[in-house]
Amino acid sequence: MKFLVCISNVPDTTTKITFTPDNKEFNKAGVQFVINPWDEYALTRAIELKEANAGSTVTVINVGEADTEPNIRKALAIGADDAIRVNAAPKDAFFVAEQIAAVAKEGAYDVILMGKESIDYNGFQVHGMVGELLGIPTVAPAMKLDMSGNTATLEREIEGGKEIVSVNTPFVASCQQPMCEPRIPNMRGIMTARTKPLKVVPATAGDARTTVAEFALPPKKQGVKLIDADNAGELIKLLRNEAKVI
Amino acid sequence: MSVLVVVECDKGEVKKSSLEVATYGAQLAAQLGTSATAIAVGEATDANLAKLGEQGISKVLYDKEPRLKDFVNNAYTKLIATAAQQEDAKVIVLANSNIGASVGSRLSIRLQASLATNVVELPKTDGGQFTVKRGAFSGKAFSDVVLSGERKIIAVKKNSIEAQHEAGKTAEVVAFAAQLTDADFADAPKQVVMQDQAGGVLLPEAALVVSGGRGMKGPENWNLIEDLAKALGAATACSKPVSDVDWRPHHEHVGQTGITVSPNLYIACGISGAIQHLAGVNSSKVIVVINKDPEAPFFKAADYGIVGDVFDVLPKLTAAVKALG
Repeated sequence: MKFLVCISNVPDTTTKITFTPDNKEFNKAGVQFVINPWDEYALTRAIELKEANAGSTVTVINVGEADTEPNIRKALAIGADDAIRVNAAPKDAFFVAEQIAAVAKEGAYDVILMGKESIDYNGFQVHGMVGELLGIPTVAPAMKLDMSGNTATLEREIEGGKEIVSVNTPFVASCQQPMCEPRIPNMRGIMTARTKPLKVVPATAGDARTTVAEFALPPKKQGVKLIDADNAGELIKLLRNEAKVI
Repeated sequence: MSVLVVVECDKGEVKKSSLEVATYGAQLAAQLGTSATAIAVGEATDANLAKLGEQGISKVLYDKEPRLKDFVNNAYTKLIATAAQQEDAKVIVLANSNIGASVGSRLSIRLQASLATNVVELPKTDGGQFTVKRGAFSGKAFSDVVLSGERKIIAVKKNSIEAQHEAGKTAEVVAFAAQLTDADFADAPKQVVMQDQAGGVLLPEAALVVSGGRGMKGPENWNLIEDLAKALGAATACSKPVSDVDWRPHHEHVGQTGITVSPNLYIACGISGAIQHLAGVNSSKVIVVINKDPEAPFFKAADYGIVGDVFDVLPKLTAAVKALG
């Protein structure tokens, strides 16, 4: 079984978000980047399934410039076998999906996993685009993934419940908790990751279909209005008469 | 050309988020000088679909193929793509739901369209450009995105548009047949399991949410959260540590890696307000924080706060809501 796990390089979850002076780009200065937390579910589950199915491999793919390599190495340290970096700044979801689909087609992967969405652009788009580009099913978002031979059984979250879905390989799934407990690299993993193959490939032609014109921060909160705990009922009056939300 | 709105239905009813989407689509159609047609998916009744006229929809297409009752990604994609071709739809509007994102992303490839998800307001369409505002960085920012494709697909964030109700207006419900085959249903669900909804309010769609954290001290105290939620008609939620230790089920976890909610009112009880939790709730219109620690970071993100013991404050709030009648 050949697994392809797509990882995105995103600002750490505690990052204070700021933009360049023209508000056209995210300000990377001084920001720590991590593997997108949703993608960690995809990566760990792929490694678990590899361990349970002898002869399987896990390849990690990232669409990004050289500054994403520390996190690609981290994915190798967690347990992926090799990695591919498509050397291009990710222009938009469509562009990224085209790169992943091209690599997936060439490598004939059986299972393509990724996180539900990235925590920076919150697109929740790439999974379906890759599936459609390859003409294979997509299950999104998946909370559980089990494999038996070439058949996968997944739990797909729907609003208010879940669906049990079976698909045959090849397929795409976008992953979220509680699929597994994401692993962190151990010392042995970090040592072996240094020599694992990381192939850099050029981007295939592809145009973005969307462009960011401007970023903006949400309006600042006015500050909290405190109500005395002994007079808690007053809050309900404020919510009805002042905030008008109940 | 027209605007095509995808309306999700469940047990005969149009979902709240789809009423919002229908309103968005009708307003956008008016802005573009055209009309809004809906395509219904899921289990619907003709009577409820006709009522989409109240949101400004003129025509509703409905394929009564019984296997479309449950979500089937390939079949829904083909159904909507067929409707979009028939109606010559230049813009397709759907909910930023699990169904909307699954279908919308496939449709964008099939129809060679520009896709924007998590959209929070009507687009700017002057000057020949089509620009939408969408949420990014887990609620910590917005971005204005230009959609350059000839066709556009917009997934509207829940609770960001208020559904309109113009009483008495009805839409024409028209039978639609997308000629789906067995192959289109190859990824049909084997089984659908619905959760027990406390009070019947679905968390991702809820306008009001009462949420508990570790400060609730244990699952046995959740009746305090549920009582207030029931009195308000709110959904219940929890923080990540609470679902991690199984006090509450995973589907109630809001935060960075849980469900993102944007209700009119979010009441946080005994939640300190870690940045990862805020990422899931920071687009709520009004945030109330109840915490005995005056230094809890959540107070900085709150509109109203009570520094006090949740076990003392919650029953008072429930009583005050009941007193409103």
